[in-house]
Amino acid sequence: MAKRAMMEVVDQDPVASLQILFGRLLEDAEIGAVLVAQHLNKGGVPMPALVTDPERFEYADPLAPAFPINAAKIVSRLSRRPAGDTVAAVLRPCEIRAFIELVKLKQGNMHDVLLLGIDCLGAFGNTDYARYVEGKGSRSSVDFLTAAIQGKTSTEDGLDISPACKACEHPVPENADVIIGMLGVDVKSSLFLYAGTPRGEELLSKLNFSEIREPEDRRSAVVELLERRIAYRDRMFEKTTEATADLEKLTAYLANCVNCYNCRVACPVCYCKECVFLTDVFDHEPAQYLRWARRKGILKMPSDTIFYHLTRLAHMSTACVGCGQCSNACPNNIPVMELFRTIAACTQRAFGYEAGRSADDEPPLSAFREREFSEVTGGKD
Amino acid sequence: MKEYEPTIIAFVCNWCTYTAADLAGTSRLIQPHNVRLIRMMCTGMVDPKYVIKSLLEGADAVLISGCHPGDCHYINGNLKARRRVKLLKEILPRFGFDERRLKMTWIGASEGIDFAETVRSMVLEIKALGPNEARRQIM
Repeated sequence: MAKRAMMEVVDQDPVASLQILFGRLLEDAEIGAVLVAQHLNKGGVPMPALVTDPERFEYADPLAPAFPINAAKIVSRLSRRPAGDTVAAVLRPCEIRAFIELVKLKQGNMHDVLLLGIDCLGAFGNTDYARYVEGKGSRSSVDFLTAAIQGKTSTEDGLDISPACKACEHPVPENADVIIGMLGVDVKSSLFLYAGTPRGEELLSKLNFSEIREPEDRRSAVVELLERRIAYRDRMFEKTTEATADLEKLTAYLANCVNCYNCRVACPVCYCKECVFLTDVFDHEPAQYLRWARRKGILKMPSDTIFYHLTRLAHMSTACVGCGQCSNACPNNIPVMELFRTIAACTQRAFGYEAGRSADDEPPLSAFREREFSEVTGGKD
Repeated sequence: MKEYEPTIIAFVCNWCTYTAADLAGTSRLIQPHNVRLIRMMCTGMVDPKYVIKSLLEGADAVLISGCHPGDCHYINGNLKARRRVKLLKEILPRFGFDERRLKMTWIGASEGIDFAETVRSMVLEIKALGPNEARRQIM
């Protein structure tokens, strides 16, 4: 059984080499379908696609620095009930972590899904990616990757990966069956594959990879990247805490919010079929608005903006994996990811929990004990 | 000038604290009139958004009070409520709410004296703290 393997890269093109690997998953490894990001428009933003024909990977590009959707939601859709075949899902680390949260919330299942995680060097926001890729050929993903591994993610025209990615301390996939490693190897000559689970080991064996040792530079490359990202994250926490320290500041921070709820729609862990903010609970009578306005003298419309964001924080912050899709989806460029992540860090710390860490951890609001948190009730149990 | 009278919204459990409040009344225990009781079938029904809405709309404090652990009519609703209060106590102070504006207690059906005392001390505490500025601060 191979636990660690080196995959040779053809024509100095890791994307093309992965396309070959995905084809082999269908042909040699008894995988029924592969879910992987594809340039469906023969260019442009790659979207997740479910592929069953080994010939249909020619536009697959999981290395593109684009992140139009957190595919955890798609994998949840594919695994809620048995699909009758194994699906291999090629995911970023934050997508896997969000999927772990969804599994714990009974929105998905890990049995029929094989998770292939890729080392993540980050992604541009949606509009930035469109600008980045414009005029560049099929090598744009490889060019980004090689520069990003060297620590350079910004471009000459001032584009850079999203703040969520810059602050992400999980570039290496956790809980994946097989990890496709790029840190610490020369991606133009080889990719490092290793199994995170027995199922992953089985897969590598079916593909006839032979065992190797972990590349020497990998550990130091990961540590170096983490240091940079954690420093960015901590600065972000500090800045955001200061910028939202009281309700007046929070109101200013969220001043451009139009209550479109896109952050909720894009959020992979906001899984309620019907969000309370979309129900008629918030369909107030006209006279009610006037009463509120009279009482305060002024009422921001649409109303309930702060109420919405605080409630959402109470509902999802313990499950937030920091993927940044909320900011990606915000039409008015409010730095919502920064706010949600800052609060999520506090609430997760309070419960000794880390979203996406393990499928065995209990979600903080689903588990409870008779004797705990006595400080909440003034020391009384 | 009239003394500042805080408004306290209390979400109380039908099976214990509400009965205790009733007992406090029928026992003619003297207590301040600042509390607006909202009877719930269980503190486990108190969604965090009820607390957030109360505080945003200008309540000076929120009290959630239910059965002692082990006594819940629905086995464990009070324990769920405690986790939610713990969560809110992490979130709300980060936006300038004083943590003392959210209180949780266990008061059983026979503890009318305890209820009256809880209300008395909470009113004193919130009076010392002053009004909740949230309603003024957000538009």
